[in-house]
Amino acid sequence: MNSDILLITLITPLLTAILSLFFWQTIRYQRIVFLSGAMIYLIAAAGLMAEVWAHGYVVLQAGNWPAPFGISLVADLLSTGMILLTAVLTAMAALYATGSIKSRIVSNIYHPALHFLVFGLTGAFLTGDVFNLYVWFEIMLVSSFVLLTLGGSRSQLEGSLKYVAINVVSSSIFLAGVGVLYGLTGSLNMAALAVKLPLVENQSMVTLASVFFLVSFGIKAAVFPLFFWLPASYHTPPIAISSLIVGMLTKVGIYTLIRFFTLLFTTDISFTHTILLIISGLTMVVGVLGAAAQIDFRKILSFHIVSQIGYMLMGLAIYTPLAIAGAIFFIMHNILVKTNLFLISGLVKETHDSYALKKLGGVYHHFPLLAFLFAVSAFSLTGVPPLSGFWGKFLLAVGGLQAEQYIIVGISLFVSILTLFSMTKIWGEVFWKKRPENTLLKIPNQMALIKRRWLMLLPVVLMTILILVIGFYAEPFIEYSMRAAEQVMDKDTYIKAVFAE
Amino acid sequence: MDILLAVIVGLLYSLAIYMVLQKELVKVIIGILILGHASNLFIFVVARLTRGAPALVPEGLDFVPEPFADPLPQALILTAIVIGFGIQAFAIVLLQRVYKLTGATEVDTLDATDRIESTG
Repeated sequence: MNSDILLITLITPLLTAILSLFFWQTIRYQRIVFLSGAMIYLIAAAGLMAEVWAHGYVVLQAGNWPAPFGISLVADLLSTGMILLTAVLTAMAALYATGSIKSRIVSNIYHPALHFLVFGLTGAFLTGDVFNLYVWFEIMLVSSFVLLTLGGSRSQLEGSLKYVAINVVSSSIFLAGVGVLYGLTGSLNMAALAVKLPLVENQSMVTLASVFFLVSFGIKAAVFPLFFWLPASYHTPPIAISSLIVGMLTKVGIYTLIRFFTLLFTTDISFTHTILLIISGLTMVVGVLGAAAQIDFRKILSFHIVSQIGYMLMGLAIYTPLAIAGAIFFIMHNILVKTNLFLISGLVKETHDSYALKKLGGVYHHFPLLAFLFAVSAFSLTGVPPLSGFWGKFLLAVGGLQAEQYIIVGISLFVSILTLFSMTKIWGEVFWKKRPENTLLKIPNQMALIKRRWLMLLPVVLMTILILVIGFYAEPFIEYSMRAAEQVMDKDTYIKAVFAE
Repeated sequence: MDILLAVIVGLLYSLAIYMVLQKELVKVIIGILILGHASNLFIFVVARLTRGAPALVPEGLDFVPEPFADPLPQALILTAIVIGFGIQAFAIVLLQRVYKLTGATEVDTLDATDRIESTG
């Protein structure tokens, strides 16, 4: 088992970030460092995936301290899949940003900050230690604070203030949960905790700890009723800056929820997972209703993030291998589709210079390519067969029906219809309706768009192709999700893998 | 000692929550600062207190005799304090920027990004 590749994957974004700090003054070199760093990271992540696919687990004990005394870094199928997606998104964000960021100051800070964010994400996915997870979260948060405020417009600062405040509160709750876990077991290694937690005499304390983590990760994942910071802050920065945040940050919350509530907190399923089930239903419905009320392109998409989080949580709450496989598939599909929709809204902003639905229009007439790209992603988000969203929802629904959770399946299907409604709203207002009389196009026609903005268009096209591939050739992706779900549910091999090293 | 500290942790938490729920932004930030301290102290207490017994190996032995104070939670708290310090510094600077740009001192005036209208 080769754990070097794990270390390379983790270190690459850190080195890239530091290196791009050295080229502070020259955007050209910074961009070269940035793009090549993103490519190396993508290759390393793919290598890690190959290794994990072959061996099941790749484990690295930091500083050669044996578990449970040192910090273990554990790559399993789920975490590696998330890292691979992060790598794909980073490469896409790098291309998009190279095409769209003009300001020198923004560009100077953006390049290192984005790679620090990737570093934090990678660490959070890989770590096998609860306190270490807290540290990775903070790295991630500080970088995302910097990215969200970058540019310093009024709405950005206002949105970030809310984002910062709620996230600091969430971190404090996380810390309190860490304290309870340590007080109960005297260990913070996840594998050791998985062994010790079921043996704790006072099980109500374990449930208490689980609620601390549920609230803390719930804030980060933006579940009902803790999601209000998301639609208040995600739509404020320029798309090039926010694309990775939009795609990944809430999903880290979901990832940690899946990790904790399959590995650590499984002793009182009737309590914890019932809470999760209720939350997931409410998150779906409230998110999609919030989206229906909005009249801004990005705000509608922001509320949809909340709604989709509900689906991922539903898979975890049902707690069967099939449902969790559905959730994992859904996370993969959703990260790509959602980011793609945000990138398209950025392109529409380039041409029409607005995100307000009433100032937009005629995109289908002037830029049919954009309309096609949007339609693919929007239909995929809604879950129209045979696009990628359909398979995710199909697995979730089948998993739910087999577990006899008919109500939540009914809600999830009903929410799909509402999702379709708000996608048709965007379609009608932005793409189909005539361009309002008093607006000017910044880019006159499709050929000019392709010529002038090809670097921004390229990642959107690539991601659309990826979405189509996941939809039409779903078999290997479903197989991956099934294997990852079975691995996540199988505590014993996780524990063995960590302690065997 | 345990009980005294437990009471202090409880007081800190209630104070922090009270402050976070205030309208004035400065008070919210102060609440966040206290919340961080409350969590740190909480870890210190739940990890069990041992007084006057540092985890040092005495001469002639190669292990620490029981009972000794567990150094790990102290290391955790130290890390958390440093991280918290950085984040709080960021939050205070952000608050100052928001005040300079918008003149807002209260949470109620910062509702532009929540309204149903377009910001772009």
